[in-house]
Amino acid sequence: MNLAYIGITVLWLFAYGYLIIASIDFGAGFFSYYSMLTRKEHVVNRIIERYLSPVWEVTNVFLIFFIVGFIGFFPDTAYYYGTALLIPGSIALILLTIRGSFYAFANYGVRKNKIYMFLYGMTGLFIPASLSTGLTISEGGFITKEAGTVLFHPDRLFGSLYSWSVVFLAIVSILYISASFLTYYADRAHDFPARQQLRTYALAWSMPTILASLLVFWGLSMHNPTHFARALDYAWMFAASLVCFLGSLYLIWKQKKFGIAFLLVMFQFAFAFFGYGISHLPYLLYPYIHIRDALTHTSMGWALVAAFIAGLFLLVPAIVLLLRLFLFNAEYVKGGKEGK
Amino acid sequence: MDSVIWSRLLTTETLAFHIIFATIGVGVPVFISIAEGLGLLKKDPHYLLMARRWTRGFVITVAVGVVTGTCIGVMLSLLWPQFMQLAGNVISLPLFMETFAFFFEAIFLGIYLYTWDRFKKPIYHWLTSIPIIIGSTFSAVFITMVNSFMNTPAGFTIDKPSGKFTSIDPIAAMFNPATPTKVAHVVSSAYLASGFLLASIAAYFILRGRNHEYFKKALKLTMIAGFALSLLTILAGDFSGKFLAKYQPAKLAAMEWHFETKKEAPLIVGGILDKDTHEVKYSFKIPYGLSILGLGSPEGKITGLQDIPKDQWPPLFIHYTFDMKVTIGFYLAAIATLFLLLWWWKRGNEWHPWLMRGILLAGPLSFVAIELGWITAEVGRQPWIIQGIMRVQHAATSSNQVGLIFVLFTILYCLLAVICTTVLYRLFKGKGPEKELIERKWESDVEVVNS
Repeated sequence: MNLAYIGITVLWLFAYGYLIIASIDFGAGFFSYYSMLTRKEHVVNRIIERYLSPVWEVTNVFLIFFIVGFIGFFPDTAYYYGTALLIPGSIALILLTIRGSFYAFANYGVRKNKIYMFLYGMTGLFIPASLSTGLTISEGGFITKEAGTVLFHPDRLFGSLYSWSVVFLAIVSILYISASFLTYYADRAHDFPARQQLRTYALAWSMPTILASLLVFWGLSMHNPTHFARALDYAWMFAASLVCFLGSLYLIWKQKKFGIAFLLVMFQFAFAFFGYGISHLPYLLYPYIHIRDALTHTSMGWALVAAFIAGLFLLVPAIVLLLRLFLFNAEYVKGGKEGK
Repeated sequence: MDSVIWSRLLTTETLAFHIIFATIGVGVPVFISIAEGLGLLKKDPHYLLMARRWTRGFVITVAVGVVTGTCIGVMLSLLWPQFMQLAGNVISLPLFMETFAFFFEAIFLGIYLYTWDRFKKPIYHWLTSIPIIIGSTFSAVFITMVNSFMNTPAGFTIDKPSGKFTSIDPIAAMFNPATPTKVAHVVSSAYLASGFLLASIAAYFILRGRNHEYFKKALKLTMIAGFALSLLTILAGDFSGKFLAKYQPAKLAAMEWHFETKKEAPLIVGGILDKDTHEVKYSFKIPYGLSILGLGSPEGKITGLQDIPKDQWPPLFIHYTFDMKVTIGFYLAAIATLFLLLWWWKRGNEWHPWLMRGILLAGPLSFVAIELGWITAEVGRQPWIIQGIMRVQHAATSSNQVGLIFVLFTILYCLLAVICTTVLYRLFKGKGPEKELIERKWESDVEVVNS
């Protein structure tokens, strides 16, 4: 395997990590707000809070890691994407800032209020929508290069069916991933009313997820036929994704093995996300950035890989400790151990 | 206005806001850890409570630091795409490692916050503060390395016809000539400013007539640290002067309004500059000062601005920002020394209201100094974004919508500043440590009356 592919695989793993844990976080915010509106907050909010409190900060890091790593491995991407994503990127940043800081203000500060819940719920939907434009732009057609200057065409982005189908997929996926995780978490906490409530959310968002993915495929076939044709070469990955989806749906429906069900959801998205990624190659941005040409100097590339491996030796034990103390600590999950 | 100006404004605004929280984020964990460690060592509930209360405030500021740090991290690519394209090739390693360091810190902060009473041996909880310090300090170290690279780029050669970087050496880029002095100065001043911030809070309550031992212990702890750190920071500043004389003479000369290359150069403090004749009026001159600062000897020959092409002169106002931050640095050292002397001298009253007012003032001043020092360092690098390689105006985005983004972020930062302050105020209002000690049954009412 050559350096460019090692680099993009590492980065894609982090993007996938962000997809899962940020989805749980974003969806949780939406469900908190929704259950407050429907006066069911007493049922689910305790579960959501117990999970989110110790881990919220970690979520952002995955995103930054992906961005910094992407620029490190492929510096040319900074030039193209940096120019194109000024507006959507800035909007995502503003929303992330509001979300992160308000979460802390409410959680570590004194009290919660409705404005906070609203912001927390809504930003969770708008952030993925604006971040997903990065993926849309990568398909080409929204950036042109004229006389050495990169030009971004927002009108094309807003008028594109493909672009909206990606936004739709991003939002429903978040809600599905989040609901299936929280169902599992509630089950571990033996909080059965919450589990029932969250399970209905998971079931409700399952079908829209599949519908949205089909829509994205259809949109892609029209927007970027080259990529679509390459995706068909990896049809088995998308088929595996569908199988995992059906498996998880069955388990959640039958109310058993919620842990396995969530694992299947993770696999569902892993197959789809990596299938998308691998068929996207060799272009990082159609048709301007080819992975081979964009790769940084070899010495820097290997230095980054070395730093990454060294970093993993530090991070993996730390993450295991975090998970053992909070996520997989039955007593904490049930609310037996208080911190503050 | 063009996109270069707007991009500069937005970057300035974001960093000016971020570095306040970043400084707290780097420095305060050290004090939290010291307080908890002392509390466990001396079995003193006052220090244990100090660690808890500092943590409670800290976590609010850290959240703002995290989100604004995310902003500046992404903004570098959004506003300065050409810069990141070029710099990404050479200096992305420390940028990448900074993310790891922060990741590490974030994980342990999550653990630290929620495990106060969960371990059978309290020392385990204290141990989780160590990775927080390592993570936050190394974040500062790595990011300062990137900034150092902008001042003294190293670790590559430029291929003449194409202008591209070749033979990249990431390690040499990280450990460029500016790295040692910059890292030392940034880290020590972040610890210093955090110490004085905590000291000024304690001094405020003592001034208000709260005489509980808790406040006095907090002030003694932070003043001892503040004394040592202020000396370290001044020393690191002196090294920076020597570094500048050798590697960035234009910055040093602009900071000092030093026009003519000469030996036995005096240090000019304050004054007013005549822009045409380059004469300095009403200033205070320290004979041989600049030669000593720059080269460690009165005989040292310091390059003047006249030997530097005029289109490469940094703006000359940094003379004032430099003078002011140095003055504040010496003020901090002086007031900490005074406090320690009065404490040590049996007949002295280290709790004198005027001294308390001086310490109260020192907290905000230390943050003013952080801002001024940062302005001096960044403006002093102008017109370059990467010294000698790339000018600022060649690095900015070609988009013409930065003005709009600037307005949005300005509103955002104003909002954050107001809400953050309000939240912190409400968090501690009417919940003094005296009350909390009793609530936690760490101290009875009787003791409080006696003390």
